Amino acid sequence: MSGLSNFLIILLETVRDVLPIAVIIFGFQLFVIRRAIPQLKRVLLGFVYVILGLALFLQGLEQALFPLGKLMAQQLTDPAFIYPGGEPVGGMVHWTDYKWVYLFAAAIGFATTIAEPSLIAVAIKANDVSGGTITLWGLRISVAVGVAIGIALGTFRIVTGTPLHYYIIIGYIIVIIQTFYAPRMIVPLAYDSGGVTTSTVTVPLVAALGLGLAATIPGRSPLMDGFGLIAFASLFPIITVMGYAQLSVVSKKFSINHQ
Amino acid sequence: MKQLRAFWLSLLSSARDLSPIIIVIAFFQFIVLQQPIPDLANLIGGIFLVMLGLSLFVYGLEICLFPLGENMAYAFARKGNVWWLLAFAFALGFGTTVAEPALIAVADEAAKVAAVGGVIAETEAAKQSYANGLRLTVALSVGIAIVIGVIRILKGWPIHYLIMTGYLGIVIMTAFAPPWIIGIAYDSGGVTTSTITVPLVTALGVGLASSIKGRNPMIDGFGLIAFASLTPMIFVMLYGILVQ
Repeated sequence: MSGLSNFLIILLETVRDVLPIAVIIFGFQLFVIRRAIPQLKRVLLGFVYVILGLALFLQGLEQALFPLGKLMAQQLTDPAFIYPGGEPVGGMVHWTDYKWVYLFAAAIGFATTIAEPSLIAVAIKANDVSGGTITLWGLRISVAVGVAIGIALGTFRIVTGTPLHYYIIIGYIIVIIQTFYAPRMIVPLAYDSGGVTTSTVTVPLVAALGLGLAATIPGRSPLMDGFGLIAFASLFPIITVMGYAQLSVVSKKFSINHQ
Repeated sequence: MKQLRAFWLSLLSSARDLSPIIIVIAFFQFIVLQQPIPDLANLIGGIFLVMLGLSLFVYGLEICLFPLGENMAYAFARKGNVWWLLAFAFALGFGTTVAEPALIAVADEAAKVAAVGGVIAETEAAKQSYANGLRLTVALSVGIAIVIGVIRILKGWPIHYLIMTGYLGIVIMTAFAPPWIIGIAYDSGGVTTSTITVPLVTALGVGLASSIKGRNPMIDGFGLIAFASLTPMIFVMLYGILVQ
């Protein structure tokens, strides 16, 4: 019974989140465009599906995956797991001690990105607009690889305590260099894929990992060092999506030359 | 019968989308941490709900959010009034961000950091007003971002010069912003674009680019979300400097 009332709360929250969007769209439709929405019934039905789908999705995540994922993030960053023999040698934290954390960060970053609904939406649209040149899975996997690299590097940064902005600025420089060499068609989509990766599924799990790390490593504070993982997760997909397009151009040239 | 089959297929594809998460969790739980799953029935039930939800969402996307965004784009293009289009762009960016739950969470967290750092008083009221200010700042910046992005589509400007200017802005702001706000500012770029905003805004951009002569939907249509995740970083750092 508590599951049902919990679901009703989530459903109401989803409706509340969607309300401003609905008001803006129908307001402009009524007062500015002043035209009936084509296939209004179908669109309204679709709206119901979207809200219901999102609410069920969140309910399932909160019931099953988030508690387990957060628990795992805590256990993996727990000093008792990292130093089974007791205290770290000489009280010093060595970055290699956290190898399972990096692996977990990369794996969970990849896996949650594959299930991210807004990325699925953008992939469907990109596949549509490009006439099938950009495949659903090609885009989703390259974005997911980017998030995996980004979050793993982000946890490494928290462990070593190095300043966030150096990583981000170097990332920007790589993006700018790639922009000049990547196929022109992919550039806007690559930039977009930075923003779509981090929403419903990825953010809560990744935040738990960052806070867990920052809370247990000596000398880090969760308030000051727990941030930055999301920034990494939105930067690296830009690099991998452009990289994927560059690789496919190179491999095409290669196969033509060798025929 | 046919609909049932289509629904079954979409459930299967959602199962495939979720399988990496299940594999990762199983691997770390059994092999690395060597612990049993605490509540298996609950977990399986939850996974089924996620699958069902994802299938419904994707279905609703195709019959509602995509056509809606595109129809609005065509209608504005036919109407030919740029100002109404820009007003809509701003309203969509601002309105969808100000109520975004992820942003509310980040703003509250930022207020806590600011209180610990001694920037604002350690009271509930001060924290609340700080968090609200931050939320309005980010929402404003997303509104402006979508407006800039729409102007870019109308004019056909290449995206990379605008993005590079944005990067330059971020780097310059980083040099002047107080250190404690930098992490929050960088993260705020990623949390602004929600699951419902993304499909709508993407469809709007692609719809605009395909209804204007000489624009390529692939090159000109994408990019709105990129702006929406860039400007909040600059504005949050600006907010940090001003409130200091």
